[in-house]
Amino acid sequence: MNSAVLVFPGINRERDMARALKLITGRAPAMVWHADTALPQGTDLVVLPGGFSYGDYLRCGAIAARAPIMDAVRAFAARGGLVLGVCNGFQILCESGLLPGVLMRNAAIKFICRDVHLRVERSDTPFTRGYNAGQVIRVPVAHGEGNFVADEETVARLEQEGRVLFRYTAPDGSLDPKWNVNGATNAIAGVVNDKGNVLGLMPHPENHVEAALGPTDGRGLFAGLVDHLAKAA
Amino acid sequence: MAKISKKASVAARAPKITPKLVAAHGLKPDEYERIRKLIGRTPSFTELGIFSAMWNEHCSYKSSKIHLRTLPTKAPWVIQGPGENAGVIDIGDGLAAVFKMESHNHPSYIEPYQGAATGVGGILRDVFTMGARPIACLDFLRFGDPAHPKTRHLVAGVVAGIGGYGNSFGVPTVGGSVGFDARYEGNCLVNAMAVGLVQTDKIFYAAASGVGMPIVYLGSKTGRDGIHGATMASAEFGEDSEAKRPTVQVGDPFSEKLLLEACLEIMAKDCVIAIQDMGAAGLTCSAVEMGAKGDLGVTLDLDKVPCRETGMTAYEMMLSESQERMLMVLKPEKEEEAEAIFRKWGLDFAIVGETTPTKRFVVRHGGKTMADLPIKELGDEAPLYDRPHVETPKPPVAKAADVTPPMPNAEALAKLIGSPDLCSKRWVWEQYDHVILGNTVQRPGGDAAVVRINDGPKALALTTDVTPRYCEADPFEGGKQAVAEAWRNLTAVGARPLALTDNLNFGSPERPEIMGQLVGCIRGIAEACKALDFPVVSGNVSLYNETSGRAILPTPTIGGVGLIEDFTKSTTLAFKAADEAILLIGETKGWLGQSLYLRDICEREEGAPPTVDLAVERRNGDFVRGLIGDRVVTAVHDLSDGGLLVALAEMAMAAGIGAELDAAPFAAHAFWFGEDQGRYVVTARAAEAGRIEARAHAAGVPIRTLGVTGGDALTLAGERPILVAKLCEAFEGWLPAYMASGVP
Repeated sequence: MNSAVLVFPGINRERDMARALKLITGRAPAMVWHADTALPQGTDLVVLPGGFSYGDYLRCGAIAARAPIMDAVRAFAARGGLVLGVCNGFQILCESGLLPGVLMRNAAIKFICRDVHLRVERSDTPFTRGYNAGQVIRVPVAHGEGNFVADEETVARLEQEGRVLFRYTAPDGSLDPKWNVNGATNAIAGVVNDKGNVLGLMPHPENHVEAALGPTDGRGLFAGLVDHLAKAA
Repeated sequence: MAKISKKASVAARAPKITPKLVAAHGLKPDEYERIRKLIGRTPSFTELGIFSAMWNEHCSYKSSKIHLRTLPTKAPWVIQGPGENAGVIDIGDGLAAVFKMESHNHPSYIEPYQGAATGVGGILRDVFTMGARPIACLDFLRFGDPAHPKTRHLVAGVVAGIGGYGNSFGVPTVGGSVGFDARYEGNCLVNAMAVGLVQTDKIFYAAASGVGMPIVYLGSKTGRDGIHGATMASAEFGEDSEAKRPTVQVGDPFSEKLLLEACLEIMAKDCVIAIQDMGAAGLTCSAVEMGAKGDLGVTLDLDKVPCRETGMTAYEMMLSESQERMLMVLKPEKEEEAEAIFRKWGLDFAIVGETTPTKRFVVRHGGKTMADLPIKELGDEAPLYDRPHVETPKPPVAKAADVTPPMPNAEALAKLIGSPDLCSKRWVWEQYDHVILGNTVQRPGGDAAVVRINDGPKALALTTDVTPRYCEADPFEGGKQAVAEAWRNLTAVGARPLALTDNLNFGSPERPEIMGQLVGCIRGIAEACKALDFPVVSGNVSLYNETSGRAILPTPTIGGVGLIEDFTKSTTLAFKAADEAILLIGETKGWLGQSLYLRDICEREEGAPPTVDLAVERRNGDFVRGLIGDRVVTAVHDLSDGGLLVALAEMAMAAGIGAELDAAPFAAHAFWFGEDQGRYVVTARAAEAGRIEARAHAAGVPIRTLGVTGGDALTLAGERPILVAKLCEAFEGWLPAYMASGVP
């Protein structure tokens, strides 16, 4: 699997992402500078990593969404290419129109870094085929603006079309406002676009991939993508 | 102070040098006379500003220097001791750890968010200036009584500021300490520590070399923020501390992140002769240090300095503490390459001067020479004071027999564990990204943070510690104990302690009793460093932490760094399973003087603090480290504030596993809550316990069985069991409730 990790000024989890991709796919990703206008030939997966692109000044992700490289990403997505945005990457995807909704300040108004539990809603997508539907995984969040909000109609459509792939839940997989870490609408942690090839996810699967450091529940996402691309090829 | 900068900003017209103006610059009459004698004339206004910047306490260490010289700073693994931007130690495999701690106390009290944020920014710059990529931060924080109306505001602002800067910059904040005491009202403490990694052959220093070399200004533009920040930090507060807000700088972590990447890139391309960040006293301090350390003169042309505002005077530019700026001596043939890298990152790059053979510090602006001073003397001839100091009278030892327990021990435990000093600080560290970079082996909440080095198996153990109430009661013993405790924290996770950075926070050195605290603590630190082979490689002194004549508790914060050869062997404090043996290592006499039990349960702040026998400390620590290395212990926790029972409760809460404890061998309250030093609790599989005891006997290390793990409660012989869940509720409950409510 050939992946490309976008580097915007102020992004800071690109190394974590590159390391996880290398570990699981066996291949180091291409690091693509924001001012470039083309993705490397043969890119299978584009990743927008976490961080504070352009300092998150103005609005999280708003400036990055207008970076030169994003036209190439939009074209790649339109052709059905796989795009994953994590944390700030999710915010950039929303700002660039590739995903609906917006990430607002956390309900508690504070930055929060802790492990959370996510319920995987379905396993029949390229991003979740490494998990079982209903499986609960443990991964960390680290954000101040992760509270997913969209208008009622959009949320209803997302739910109806099964586009919510990950939800914040209690450790047993039950929905409970106490475990909805940032107050997101319907406890939404990750959603896909209507074609199902662009995923935005607030938590950081790339930080839970090594047994020596703790849980490895993040591996499934990357392993699933490798599997999907191998089958597609 | 505000008056000068206002005047200066109105016009380039320089005010007349009067005794009042000299005093407003924080210079004493005899110090001013020294300046006149040194340069043989009356200084210009800009020169006066430069001297005030170089000769204030913060930059010159004039009250502490003669005492700091007594600290041990050498070991075979020390690459760079104090005097550079940060200390550097060899950690093998061609790698070095670069670290330092620095205070931002005064600014954080005046403007908590920005004060704390720029404290983090400043210490990160110190580390990456040396070529190291930062891998971890820690923050040692002290605030006033929780009941004081301003405390909550300071806690909220400081924590948000630390998170706001570190999270955006992209470094994990993995540890630190938070505590409260009425003595920090009016002067909170924010001591930020940063640790970075560098290849031993790629370390960069501040000393310039070569004549006619271009001096390059890098980073953000210069504005009028932070003018006289270092002078402000060298004076005590009065009633007017609010009025000093304009002296606090504003942080921009985004620019700092770009500066980091750009600096590491030009360093990798071998463009740099010398580099120095602009911290306290900005352009002045960095230019003078680079020249003086290289035995060279420096000429600056201020017309070339990138400015954020128009009409800035030479005086303002030389004293601005605008953040995220660097000064560099560039290899001339690399100019184009270096500039291209900085432009790529969208940062300013301007040649603002050159090195000269004259050993003069010359500042030009608008075609005029605004300053022309001897560069070596600016630093070297700063006044040095051996200020009068009186020793703190030794308090009598409080006898355990004279302390009557006011409540059952189980109840005292519940109260202590939910107290401001001992409760969980999760509310704080969950606002810091502590997992970024993917190397955090032990997250906050343990004895020391453990951060893997690249792909391992080596790791660094990191801690910050000091017990200010011990230092107040007996500065010498308190200084010793601070070093010993940091050493113990590192040992408890299995690390070999290598070196430390110290941040000495005290009141006004012009008061002999305060100076006595400083001198006593430094003596204690030096003795412990020697005995434990644990040298000081960097540090910072923050004096004048007092308001209207009331000083803070003497707080010599120790930031310790240790090395773990294989991080998979490092231990945590949580009990691991039921039916394991609980063993106490080290001798317990039941020392209650200055204990939290005496203070918070008996409401008595008295007695001598526990003494540290450094030979015993070392023997016990080496023994525990050996057990960890052989993987024969399952959990390890060092004993400190609150004593044995508090440590056991912390181990139980971290696991959700209880314990059944044997009867105390003597006065139970003193046994369970005494704060005797050099002790650890370990657990082991029942079958292993006998062998560990035999090893301890052979090594001459006192050991005793305390009981067994298991169940859902802590059970003290003869007392009602306390559910671990109940303890957790008290432990986790206090801080969030305090921060959320209007009442403490």
